[in-house]
Amino acid sequence: MPTALIDGRELQFGEDERLNGIEAARRLGIEIPHYCWHPGLSVVGSCRMCLVEVGMRDPKTGQITMLPRLAPACNTPVRDGVVLVTDSEKVQRARAMVEEDLLLRHPIDCPICDKAGECRLQDYHFQYGQDQRRADIRPFTSRRRDVGDEITLFVDRCIMCSRCVRFCREISGTSELLVVHRGTHEEIDVLPQFPLKNKLSGNVVDLCPVGALCDKDFLYRQRVWYLKSHPGVCTGCAMGCSTWIDENQDRVWRIRPRENHLVNRWWICNDGRYDYPHVHSDQRLLCPRQRVGGRWIDRDWSGLVPELDERFRRAGRVGVVLSPFLTVEEAYLLATYARRVDPEAAVILGHLPVVGQDERFPGGFTIAAEKCPNRRGVEAIVARWMGRAAAWDVFLNELPSLGIRGLWVTGGYKRPWIEASVAERLAGLELLVVQDLFASPLSERADYVLPAAAFPERDGSYVNRHDHLQSVRWAIRPPRGVRPEGSVFWELLGRPGLYDAQKTLSDVAAEIGYFHVAAGPIPEVGVNLKVNLLA
Amino acid sequence: MPEYEPVLLANLGKEGIETLEGYEAHGGYRTLRRVLKEHSPAEVAAMVRASGLRGRGGAGFLTGLKWSFLPENHPGPRYLCVNADESEPGTFSNRVLMEGDPHQVIEGTILSCYATRSSTAYIYLRYEYPLSFRRLQAAIDECYAAGLLGKNILGHDFSLDMYIHRGAAAYVCGEETGLIESLEGKRAWPRIKPPFPAVEGLFRKPTVVNNVETLACVKHILDRGVDWFRSIGVPPKPNDPRDPGSLGPKLYCVSGHVNRPGCYEGPLGLPCREVIERFGGGVWKNRKAKAAVPGGLSTGLLAAEELDTPLDFDGPVRAGCLGLGTAGVIVFDETYSMIDFLHNSCRFFAHESCGQCTPCREGTHWALSMVERIKAGRGRLKDLDLLLEIADSIGITPGTTICGLADGAAWPIKTAIGKFRAEFEDFIRRTNPQGYMATEPVPALVENAAQAPASGPRSSKGKSESFAANS
Repeated sequence: MPTALIDGRELQFGEDERLNGIEAARRLGIEIPHYCWHPGLSVVGSCRMCLVEVGMRDPKTGQITMLPRLAPACNTPVRDGVVLVTDSEKVQRARAMVEEDLLLRHPIDCPICDKAGECRLQDYHFQYGQDQRRADIRPFTSRRRDVGDEITLFVDRCIMCSRCVRFCREISGTSELLVVHRGTHEEIDVLPQFPLKNKLSGNVVDLCPVGALCDKDFLYRQRVWYLKSHPGVCTGCAMGCSTWIDENQDRVWRIRPRENHLVNRWWICNDGRYDYPHVHSDQRLLCPRQRVGGRWIDRDWSGLVPELDERFRRAGRVGVVLSPFLTVEEAYLLATYARRVDPEAAVILGHLPVVGQDERFPGGFTIAAEKCPNRRGVEAIVARWMGRAAAWDVFLNELPSLGIRGLWVTGGYKRPWIEASVAERLAGLELLVVQDLFASPLSERADYVLPAAAFPERDGSYVNRHDHLQSVRWAIRPPRGVRPEGSVFWELLGRPGLYDAQKTLSDVAAEIGYFHVAAGPIPEVGVNLKVNLLA
Repeated sequence: MPEYEPVLLANLGKEGIETLEGYEAHGGYRTLRRVLKEHSPAEVAAMVRASGLRGRGGAGFLTGLKWSFLPENHPGPRYLCVNADESEPGTFSNRVLMEGDPHQVIEGTILSCYATRSSTAYIYLRYEYPLSFRRLQAAIDECYAAGLLGKNILGHDFSLDMYIHRGAAAYVCGEETGLIESLEGKRAWPRIKPPFPAVEGLFRKPTVVNNVETLACVKHILDRGVDWFRSIGVPPKPNDPRDPGSLGPKLYCVSGHVNRPGCYEGPLGLPCREVIERFGGGVWKNRKAKAAVPGGLSTGLLAAEELDTPLDFDGPVRAGCLGLGTAGVIVFDETYSMIDFLHNSCRFFAHESCGQCTPCREGTHWALSMVERIKAGRGRLKDLDLLLEIADSIGITPGTTICGLADGAAWPIKTAIGKFRAEFEDFIRRTNPQGYMATEPVPALVENAAQAPASGPRSSKGKSESFAANS
């Protein structure tokens, strides 16, 4: 197997693998500092922070010959026999010099800069920089420039790594950000007629190693060291991009993409990135309510679940509508419950919100037109009991002939999803339970309205449109009065203890062939349910 | 040494030489006609290789070797770029060639395209040479009309298109990958190498970039033969198989404080003093030379006692300079201040730095602001050490930057301070008697705002003047 020698340690890698110095060193736990390199973008080698000493080891004699030049590790292909030295004095001096160069004209903005705490310039300064400032250029703070609807630029903080420019050129394909002027006067700017305006624009903030490009949505709102990051999955569309949900004290402040080479690689669209305000909206349903004789009364959860159970059993012929916003586990639990109450209960896939067409970007990123995260997962649950994918629209038409007396409709829709005229068709049911985030014409006609959990409050798994399953745990606790669906359905089924999503998923994998790969622990990047069919 | 007969400048001044008719009347395009009939491209390339021709643009890389990096089996197209960006201070030899004998340049280019099997040649011409542009373009038009360019040149199975692309005043466009990026219509940020232009160059196709003077030499190699070429200049050292020697004629540009500034031709290897005396007519006003730049500003300085250094590819290196460069000799007399020299040099490189890589972008500007502070009377002795450290980080330690512009910025600093340190120290002591010994850095926070000079490189607050009208 090809072998490289990095700082005296051997690294073996695959014949077909094409690694550069940074990637190879990472495998040995050595982090070579860098600004401009990014695995998703073209290599420019311009920041010069990743300079290392390179050489070759003769396979026969074992003798090592080092090149007299430093080379950037990001552009050094690691092949069999390559020798890298990342910690020699020469390398350290070069790094310290680059760091000092970057700090020469960098504004002393840390106390007011969003990036503090997750800033590479700060981190590398402490690790590799000089401890004395030798330049005598007076400090100043940065100018600010509006480059787009979502993004603001602090011009003087920029270290000219050109990641944002390459991103706009290669990934979003829109090329709005450009470099103007020359030499030390270079700045990032946009042409007046072409501000930064594309659906992937938020990614440049993640890419920026310093606090130059900032997200207007997040600006000055939280210090990053107060935030706790939880792995999540975006519920904005059927692509299921992996995310980090950054929260502080049960409030979501920021959503960032999580690297997942099987799904979204390093990116997320703006729709997903900014898809959390509804979680803390004051319009959210916050406690269970019951309509008694035309009047609404607030209920609390104690004793409510057994009451619902009893009323469902009394209704006899029942149905459940499984929203595509439910997790696989939640959908399974509710469907299991329905069939236990009524062996012929209708298990229906809820309304699928679709907006426009798929949007494809040159870098390969796609935003799906189907704006829900778990159609595939819920559809499989539905098919297991119904033998087919029973859909909402068809169900509404068939409803009069089905003789259903009790219906549990799950929601979790972020936007209005049902019109009064359609809701009217469900008005004649003996028992209608609606579990949703916001009030709707349907919840107005329900007998019981239950507050649904928002996506950061759920435990469970989603299956994206490529049959890729990802499991997440809750990131924030729901508001008082909101009980996540999983917990409610777990109690409905009479299971003891707390809702256990992992146990439920194992049950699902055992029972339904489509999920059988999900039997064991699910890795962070998820697992493709059709992996065995891909060969 | 036998008296040297100029060949590159031989036609200068002859009546109508810039026209096709005039050029052919003096033997022009005979070489092209003969070579296309008698030799294959591989043979021509082999001859250039055997001649030991080294690039005249500044790096001195063996031309035949560079051509050999072109991949054999590439489907094409291949490109040849003529580097006529000539922006190195002290250099104007390409200009003299292009204005005075444009067809010679074109003939050399056509021959080189034949040898490298290039289908298109782009002359990247700096914008500030309008006469060169007019003459070259007229010459190209004449060639197309006469079947010397275009499809099936002179009836052979060899087609070549030639275009002139005019630059927009950037020194970095003389760097080969900077030139290529500019030709592609992009910002002239040089590319990292590998991949090298011979493999992936213009439009990601195999490309060779050669200097104007180098291509003119190609014509003469094919005209008079490899042996003739090798008889001129400095032969390789007999006990060093890796030494290619410094062979062939060279155009020496002499400027600065001399009596007869101009472009002169001689064999490679003439001592700098001879170039100054014989070609330049000696230092002007009966003064003595204090220092001389041997090969364009990037190469640094030769002190007065080093002026016997031979101007071949090795001599200046032994004397502590970057190399021969373009053999653009700039002479400074004894009244010239080295502080002014350094200021001018730092100002040039800070202005021309493309800004892509950190050490050059920041280092050149830092050096400039330090030199300006010294000139303004606020210098300190330790500044000299810091300037040397900056120079080290941008050029002396190899590999810290993407292209050689930073090397060019570093060597004037290193040689000026290295060879004239006493003058710098004396200047600093005289102009800053109170503070020249200070060693602590300036405090980052300013106690009294009134004490602070005009803050940083930009105003601290307020709207920016950007292309975007809003802020």
